[in-house]
Amino acid sequence: MMLGFMWSDLWEVLLLQKYNTRLVVVCTILLGISAGLAGSFLLLRKRSLMSDTLSHACLPGIGLMFIMVTLAGGNGKSLSLLLLGATITGLLGVIMVTAIRNTSRIKDDAAMGIVLSVFFGLGIVMLSLAQTMGGAAAGLESFIYGKTASMVSQDLHYLLWITGATLILCIALQKEFSLICFDENFARSLAWPVHFLDMVMMGLVVAVTVVGLQAVGLILIIAFMIIPAASARFWTEKYRYMWMLAGMIGGVSGWFGASVSALLPRMPAGAVIVLVSGVAFLFSMFFGTARGVLKIKSRQSRMRKKIGRQHLLRAVYEVLEREENGTNSPIALDLLTNKRSWSPKEFTKLVSQAKREDHLEPVSGNRLQLSESGFAEAARYTRNHRLWELYLIRFADVATRHVDRDADHVEHVLGPELVRQLEIELDQTAHGIDLPDSPHASIGEYSI
Amino acid sequence: MIWMWMDTWIVLVGITCAIACALPGCFLVLRKMSMMGDAISHAVLPGLALAFMITGSRASLPMFIGAAIVGLLTAVFTQWVSQFGNVDRGAAMGIVFTILFALGLILIVKSAEKVDLDASCVLLGNIEWTPQDLVNVGPLELPRALVVLFIVMILNLGLILLFFKEFRISAFDPELATTSGFNAGLMHYLLMMMVAVTTVASFEAVGSIIVIAMLVVPPCCAWMLTDRLGVMLFLSAVFGALSAALGHLAAIVVPPWFGFHESASTSGMMATVAGVLFIFVWVFEPRRGLIRQWLPRKKIHSPDES
Amino acid sequence: MSVPTHPPSVPLAIDDLTVAYNEKPVLWDIDLDIPEGKLVGIVGPNGAGKSTLIKACLDLVPRASGRVMIYGEEYKKNRRMVGYVPQRESVDWDFPVSALDVVAMGTYGKIGWCKPVGKKYKQQAMEALDRVGLADYAGRQISQLSGGQQQRVFLARALAQDAQLYFMDEPFAAVDAATERAIVTLLHELKDQGKTCLVVHHDLATVNEYFDWLILLNLRVVKAGPTHEVFTAENLKATYGGTLSALAEAGEALKQTKGAITS
Repeated sequence: MMLGFMWSDLWEVLLLQKYNTRLVVVCTILLGISAGLAGSFLLLRKRSLMSDTLSHACLPGIGLMFIMVTLAGGNGKSLSLLLLGATITGLLGVIMVTAIRNTSRIKDDAAMGIVLSVFFGLGIVMLSLAQTMGGAAAGLESFIYGKTASMVSQDLHYLLWITGATLILCIALQKEFSLICFDENFARSLAWPVHFLDMVMMGLVVAVTVVGLQAVGLILIIAFMIIPAASARFWTEKYRYMWMLAGMIGGVSGWFGASVSALLPRMPAGAVIVLVSGVAFLFSMFFGTARGVLKIKSRQSRMRKKIGRQHLLRAVYEVLEREENGTNSPIALDLLTNKRSWSPKEFTKLVSQAKREDHLEPVSGNRLQLSESGFAEAARYTRNHRLWELYLIRFADVATRHVDRDADHVEHVLGPELVRQLEIELDQTAHGIDLPDSPHASIGEYSI
Repeated sequence: MIWMWMDTWIVLVGITCAIACALPGCFLVLRKMSMMGDAISHAVLPGLALAFMITGSRASLPMFIGAAIVGLLTAVFTQWVSQFGNVDRGAAMGIVFTILFALGLILIVKSAEKVDLDASCVLLGNIEWTPQDLVNVGPLELPRALVVLFIVMILNLGLILLFFKEFRISAFDPELATTSGFNAGLMHYLLMMMVAVTTVASFEAVGSIIVIAMLVVPPCCAWMLTDRLGVMLFLSAVFGALSAALGHLAAIVVPPWFGFHESASTSGMMATVAGVLFIFVWVFEPRRGLIRQWLPRKKIHSPDES
Repeated sequence: MSVPTHPPSVPLAIDDLTVAYNEKPVLWDIDLDIPEGKLVGIVGPNGAGKSTLIKACLDLVPRASGRVMIYGEEYKKNRRMVGYVPQRESVDWDFPVSALDVVAMGTYGKIGWCKPVGKKYKQQAMEALDRVGLADYAGRQISQLSGGQQQRVFLARALAQDAQLYFMDEPFAAVDAATERAIVTLLHELKDQGKTCLVVHHDLATVNEYFDWLILLNLRVVKAGPTHEVFTAENLKATYGGTLSALAEAGEALKQTKGAITS
């Protein structure tokens, strides 16, 4: 797709040097920040689609307000009045969703669908009637498509207020918000005013939605409420960083998106901004350092390799204990495969993995021998395994919470004192293992 | 009020559309996937735009193929994002459909030179125009939208009858469905494709946005009134038809009450009337309606009342 | 190179099963051979992986390692031989189906794609409902049933499946005495027919009375075998640890045991 502009132009717009695009870019940045912040609470509360319902529910209020004010002889397009109308029906919509869900067998999603579609339908009716009132109604459709490219200073005015309020509230109430997002019942039991906080949160969401709706239109405000927050989630597990990141991603998407769309005047601005956010989302989903797909896949693959390695080395060690009195000698492959449930393919893979990790000595025939480092590792795994078994038996009532058997260092999970006790007990039984000196063992690893 | 033959066609188109939507809508609602209907109806936009760009016309068949594919893709992408990204399902839906919708908007603008396709037409429909667009079916001249919707309605009915127990079990208990040997995933994607095709068929009539109303509201009315799936399907069709007929009537009749001289948007009114019917059922339903819920409390306070 | 095989007469054989949620191991190195015709109780503390064990056998959760053999084959091949009674919370009780409809779902696997539920299968469903004592409730919508009745409907559904091996997840949880008696009677009927039942159970006091085979589970199998051999104070301590309440329960249960080996 030919972009049709000079990169130098883009640079100028980004740096807010071009006068006529400056307003749009700044407004969009502000909206991105506040929508990112408000959206992260929706995301954590698993109510992201509420933004969809809310923005559709605002529409009849706009139409109705326009009609009533115009009929009364006033300026039907006064922004503050329209926003008021939007807020009223928006809030009404949210209340209705909760009411329907609480008083009938209709579930959350259907309640949202009902409110969304019926209110929107009503909004369309209002719009169609408003359009019969002459040219004054032109431009009401901007609530659906947005007028991103033609924002005015009044928009900036509202956006500054909203963003400021959002930031202040989020900073001041961050621990309260995060508590009710995470565990509502717990918060209630601590006597936090959950209901009140909930309303404050929803109020914030409504305010951002309403202001955003008239600025960038229906689809973009929904996208802004959901996408930056969801993107932020992939980069951190800490809520505090998450909402900050969400605000940043929202702001940056807005900045970049608005700049690009400013240079493509024939493209619908809102759509371009959404696509830019979408790219940011995809990037986050794949490369996010905390929960990105690549990260998780590599973790899973590492764990599977670890489990496989442990199983193999432990199986070899136990065979050596039984047959060779614990010395490192070659053993027949059959002795291993009879013990466990590996398929031939799995077994071959495990053996080649062990070879790559220098745990095996090359040996002829249908046999296997551990290298020096391999033998040390095998002993260590077996000993750890037995320590954990012992721990599970002795402390079965708390074990499930503390267990992390795949931790290479038992001490790091249970603490050195406890491990020392367990080791003493282990050594007194027939299952004790003398750990050989391994050239690869790190100092201080074995505490006895 | 003057009722013209045009109005009858409009009502028929609306009724057919409503019934075609209500049938798969019941399963969407029962599976707690109502918002998927919303997502798909927004997301079909790029499919439509692509079909127009490629074929250069409004011919029906490529459109439906494009829609079915996009419906499937929406469900698939949502599943991917929610599964591999470990994102909450609602958020995943929102992400997928807003991005697809944005893509669609851009494609439409790009293809505007080639084809006369207006975004608002796709979204809001133009049911008032459907009686003008006639097509020959045998000896009759019928509105094209009516023919298309009728076919889709029969298709939906047929699929639901054919796979009735499969739809039922995969909606009620997907784990059991899978352990019984029915691929619950297959039924899920079949349902999504049905929704997508129905959406496209409806967009000319009521616009893809109002389709959500038809997918969700009549089934909810029906669900509150019955405990049997077959009856629920039937009742949802009835409520849908009622909303359509009364909706058009209201669009003509109601505005003059407020001093307007022209009719309101029929499709918007259909959704509104569906909502009014819902409120009616919600409040007055004999066993579980709101009145019923408030009444016992009253009885305790004044036991002398009958 | 030989892989351990299991004869097709063994209802359930598990080798080296490991299951992990988000990289945290939930079940480790599970090795089990369940003989046919037994009523098997699965007990262990919360978080021990009991439900996960069942779900892993049914391919409902992914396995990190190991295999599960049902009558000598993978679960997918012998699906028809397995019946599953899940925990009650897993379904939406507002769904517009009657008790009979739900029970009939157990026969869908035999009916196959697209064909409607014929008279023969409706009859089977009715019979199953009758066996759990709910024949009069066939037409009721499920949300109108009490907790115990809902549990019995699930059980009837499993009966209608006419399987050989049954997995039941906490069927006795929060049910009234009548339902409990009905379930126990049913289990014995199944046993008399030579079927095998694996039941996740939470109440130590009734273990000895209900089950002739026992699996003590706490992330790994502590002990598995005939109840009178496995249900000992030492094994229970290794499973439940030193929590007073668990031990007290166990102590009570042991007192009522006849011929138990205590240490």
